[in-house]
Amino acid sequence: MSDFRTPLRRVRGLGSAGGTEHFWQQRLTALANVVLITFFVILLLTLMNESYEGVREAFANPFVGIVMALVVFSATLHMKLGMQVIIEDYVHGAAKLPLLILNTFFAIAVAAACLYAIVKMSFGV
Amino acid sequence: MSDVKSARPLSPHLSIYRFRPTMAMSIIHRITGSALYVGTLLLVWWLVAAASGPDAFATASAFFGSIIGQLILFGYSWALIHHMFGGIRHFIWDTGQAISKETSTKLAMATIIGSLAVTVILWLGILIFG
Ligand code: HEM
Ligand code: HEM
Repeated sequence: MSDFRTPLRRVRGLGSAGGTEHFWQQRLTALANVVLITFFVILLLTLMNESYEGVREAFANPFVGIVMALVVFSATLHMKLGMQVIIEDYVHGAAKLPLLILNTFFAIAVAAACLYAIVKMSFGV
Repeated sequence: MSDVKSARPLSPHLSIYRFRPTMAMSIIHRITGSALYVGTLLLVWWLVAAASGPDAFATASAFFGSIIGQLILFGYSWALIHHMFGGIRHFIWDTGQAISKETSTKLAMATIIGSLAVTVILWLGILIFG
């Protein structure tokens, strides 16, 4: 009744609005993941039996640092988008919004912690 | 109901269906995606431990080197490889290819066989050369 918002304003961000963007971002990060995750797995294989010093030396390499940061960025964005779809598929009602928020926070927290560690090791401190 | 005479399909009986590889791959893609999601906590642990110092790194290394740690890593590597193959399958579909019943079933079989094979080869390599 006393709602001054236009119909368009009220539906923005709801329903399938933005779905194309979501789909595209999921594919783009998935494509990046194929390359980045392959790099990450190979890095892990080479570091598997490495000592603490060896691991730190690898992460001090700028190439390793930069690509690992991209791995974390692409993977956390991708998993945030993916989990959002899962939540939207199964959860309806009061729990949905808190879970969507939690999903975003979880992805950002994982990204922040990983990036902190990567940056710290890159600068060798 | 008993006077239905035509051969038209009835509304779907959701509890009566034949098992298809494609539906298994569909749900496994979702399950592996969710497992990878939770498993990023292990990545956080390993990276932060390495960044923190030798003691924290030794604790994390000991866990990942233990039987339980190795089993978790084995499972995680399969989930990752399977999810990646499943993702590539989505890319193929996105170009409009391999959507027919027969081809998509073959592709589903290739995904699971391929991911299991690559995971086993990977870990055999680790056991032999590691
Ligand atoms: C604890 C910190 C903050 C909280 C919880 C908060 C919360 C909010 C909320 C709920 C809105 C209404 C959004 C909407 O309905 O569209 C809003 C709008 C806004 N906030 Fe904040 N805010 C915070 C900090 C800040 C800061 C630090 C700035 C600027 C430096 C800022 C700038 C704005 C502006 C410009 C808008 C209007 C956006 C629009 O065009 O709708 N906020 N904020
Ligand atoms: C390795 C390369 C990867 C590829 C090629 C890939 C590909 C994809 C694709 C194409 C989708 C969308 C499926 C759909 O539209 O139904 C998807 C969904 C998803 N992915 Fe990935 N992904 C990769 C890695 C990862 C990683 C590392 C994580 C988590 C850390 C992850 C978590 C998820 C989740 C949670 C979903 C949602 C699953 C669903 O909706 O059923 N993915 N992935």
